Amino acid sequence: MNQVNEHAHHIVGPKVYVAILFALLVGTALTVWASFIDLGPWNPVIALAIATSKAILVVLFFMHVKYSTKLTKLTVISGIFVFLVLISMTLADYMSRAWGNW
Amino acid sequence: MPDNLVHSAKTADTERASHIASAEHPSYLRHHFNSTEQQADTTNFAMWLFLLTEVMFFGGLFTAYLIYRNWYYPAFVAGSHQLSVIWGTTNTAVLILSSFTMAMGVWCAETRRRRGLVLALSLTFILGLCFLGIKTIEYREKIEKHHVPGFHYSLQSFIDPASDPEVFKEYHDKPLALDMARHTELYFSLYFLMTGMHALHMIIGIGILGFMIWRARAGAYTAGHVTFVENFGLYWHFVDIIWIYLFALLYLISRH
Repeated sequence: MNQVNEHAHHIVGPKVYVAILFALLVGTALTVWASFIDLGPWNPVIALAIATSKAILVVLFFMHVKYSTKLTKLTVISGIFVFLVLISMTLADYMSRAWGNW
Repeated sequence: MPDNLVHSAKTADTERASHIASAEHPSYLRHHFNSTEQQADTTNFAMWLFLLTEVMFFGGLFTAYLIYRNWYYPAFVAGSHQLSVIWGTTNTAVLILSSFTMAMGVWCAETRRRRGLVLALSLTFILGLCFLGIKTIEYREKIEKHHVPGFHYSLQSFIDPASDPEVFKEYHDKPLALDMARHTELYFSLYFLMTGMHALHMIIGIGILGFMIWRARAGAYTAGHVTFVENFGLYWHFVDIIWIYLFALLYLISRH
């Protein structure tokens, strides 16, 4: 028979979920706290970095990607990669059009 | 023995094995799948493909937001100051908590705990409604201040910030020139478009949750077939991730 699944279905338990919940709430508190400090151009960078860390935790643990098949992992990674290519090329275009004219 | 004979003997064996297996396969295994594992992996793959189309959809909105914020920065900062960080933070916590209860629901389904599953799904349902309730409070404030884009849109808070004491005492914004102030309408267009599309996803999710609670009470997901609960969980967590970014982009990055 075809070897479609690489390993048996992995069940993620409540302990992991509680730990992730805690980490996400800490991340939220951290990002709100950071928004009160004036860091100039670094405010958006920090906010997006924390948001991305939170999103990665959700994807890996709540959405089980850490324990899923190679097919799922590859799908998620390639999808996000294509998304980043699209968004960065679009932004690079728009944000460099008036370069030096402001 | 020639190779092709070995091969056909093996195929016959495999067929016999799968035939025996199919005699006692669970009723939810569709006939075009070899095994329940293959079926679960396939639906999981399909769900992720759907979620990636959603990433591209919301990604377009995020990109539009970033471009316009870059062009009309003062207007987007002033518009952002109209949002309440307290409500935004509360809603983020509510949604993260609902993602946790949803994840616990998936665990209950996998370990066949019917009562636990019904409880987890019901809590997720209630937290989803809490989120929409808070969103309604926020929307109502925008409606009252005429910050909904359209014929009745008001520039008052932006050309004369002191006339909006609650926001003014926190941020002390300088008045915007009329042409820049008009671009706050663009900020609110994107605000309502993005949070509205997110809220629509929440409403659809809450509807499906209602259906799942009803089915879970009858024990539908606690007899080994957990695909529906799992894939709905993926959808719910995805909606949570969208909010995590909306919260950062709309509420947090323009506070100074």
